[in-house]
Amino acid sequence: MDIVIVLIKIVLALVWFLVLTLYLTWLERKESAVIQDRVGANRASIFGIRILGLFQPFADAIKMIFKEDFVPAFSKKFLHTLAPFLSFFFVAICITAMPFGNDIMVGGRTISLQIFDANVGLLFVLAMLSLGIYGILLSGWASNNRYSLLGGIRGAAQLISYEVALGLSLVGLIMVFPSLKLSEIVQSQGGLLFGFLPKWGVFLQPLGFIIFLFAALAETKRVPFDLPEGESEIIGFFTEYGGLKWGLFMMTDFMEIIIVSTLLTTLFFGGWQVPWLSADGFQFPWGGQWQMARWLVIIFQVLAFNIKVFFFCWLQILIRWTYPRFRYDQLMDMGWKLLVPLSLVNIVGTGLLLMVIK
Amino acid sequence: MIELFFVFLIFGLLGVVLLSMNALLGPRRTNPNKEKPFECGSPYLQNEIKPFSVKFYLVAFLFLLFDIEVVFFFPWALIFKQMKESALLIMLAYVIVLVVGFVYAWKKGAFEWD
Repeated sequence: MDIVIVLIKIVLALVWFLVLTLYLTWLERKESAVIQDRVGANRASIFGIRILGLFQPFADAIKMIFKEDFVPAFSKKFLHTLAPFLSFFFVAICITAMPFGNDIMVGGRTISLQIFDANVGLLFVLAMLSLGIYGILLSGWASNNRYSLLGGIRGAAQLISYEVALGLSLVGLIMVFPSLKLSEIVQSQGGLLFGFLPKWGVFLQPLGFIIFLFAALAETKRVPFDLPEGESEIIGFFTEYGGLKWGLFMMTDFMEIIIVSTLLTTLFFGGWQVPWLSADGFQFPWGGQWQMARWLVIIFQVLAFNIKVFFFCWLQILIRWTYPRFRYDQLMDMGWKLLVPLSLVNIVGTGLLLMVIK
Repeated sequence: MIELFFVFLIFGLLGVVLLSMNALLGPRRTNPNKEKPFECGSPYLQNEIKPFSVKFYLVAFLFLLFDIEVVFFFPWALIFKQMKESALLIMLAYVIVLVVGFVYAWKKGAFEWD
């Protein structure tokens, strides 16, 4: 029975993840179209019905499936095939640790809306995200092409530079919510600050949030930080890929957006917590009350999680289509000379503040 | 832990299926020009991998040093609230050592990209 529940949870999470990934490609095209005053993809249709091009992701997927399996003669063949797999696998795995909602009771059985609640959930996610570097580095190396290699090495250097700031920015958060269990971090964001403000990470760790946001944006390798790809100069580490192998790299890109959004939501925006909503309904700070059934509360919480994740996905696409690319020295300066010292300041400041308050 | 096993199995299988789909369903049409490395249309002169800047090696080195230091922060941050002042003093000493190393690397020009 337990195994069946686990399998159901994995399948549900997988469907959620893949559908969201597919529709982020649609959202990206539509949002860029709006920003650039175009219409965007709207031609894909089923029996003449085309609702805003909503079938476009499926048309793209079918097109990519029936492409030729092209492995260049000059490449290192095994590594060339392995790289997209590693890149996809290690990002996709991260969804395991994300809490989608509070525990639910079904037939006297407590089921957590999370696939695997590891004691070190946060470290697990960070580790898997950084293992994704191997996909980039290997694809650059195995392609045996100068541009791919340059893209791969740039990508690896950028990711490991921002990895340090990413890790350090979370130390302050763990000092405030002393747990590495993602479900516990979300649980402890449930209370109120000064009687009205939700006790979310962003209010307790504003500096940590900003550092984490910049470092996480750099980890997704998208436009302000897209030096490894650089569409207008070196094309990037996937120059020699085509069909679904290239598709896996693109899926990785969008999956990283989702993982970063879920992490931002879980760590800094209260995960599935709704402001002023407790187990038996809303308790407004101005004295109002709104009783609700248990199942309604659960639905509200899962919806809140989804809305927050969609918001951050939308925000990241907006940032990607708004800002120009950094120069490489600016990128490295920001990572090492700005974010790392700032996160050290954040750690010491948080420690001193916690001493004063206690 | 059984969850993690199933997740690795299912996601791994999905990855393998996605990887092999093109080989199973796609066409196979190749010619000598297609097999050449992509280089903006011009014929390539050498196809071996060129040496790259030593700066990247330096970045990898700095990452190794600083990321190990980041790892030490995590267990300390977890028990910070229980240990009170002593934790703060210990970590201040540690941060000072870290900052000395950081400033040294900075002054030596390890973070410069010219």
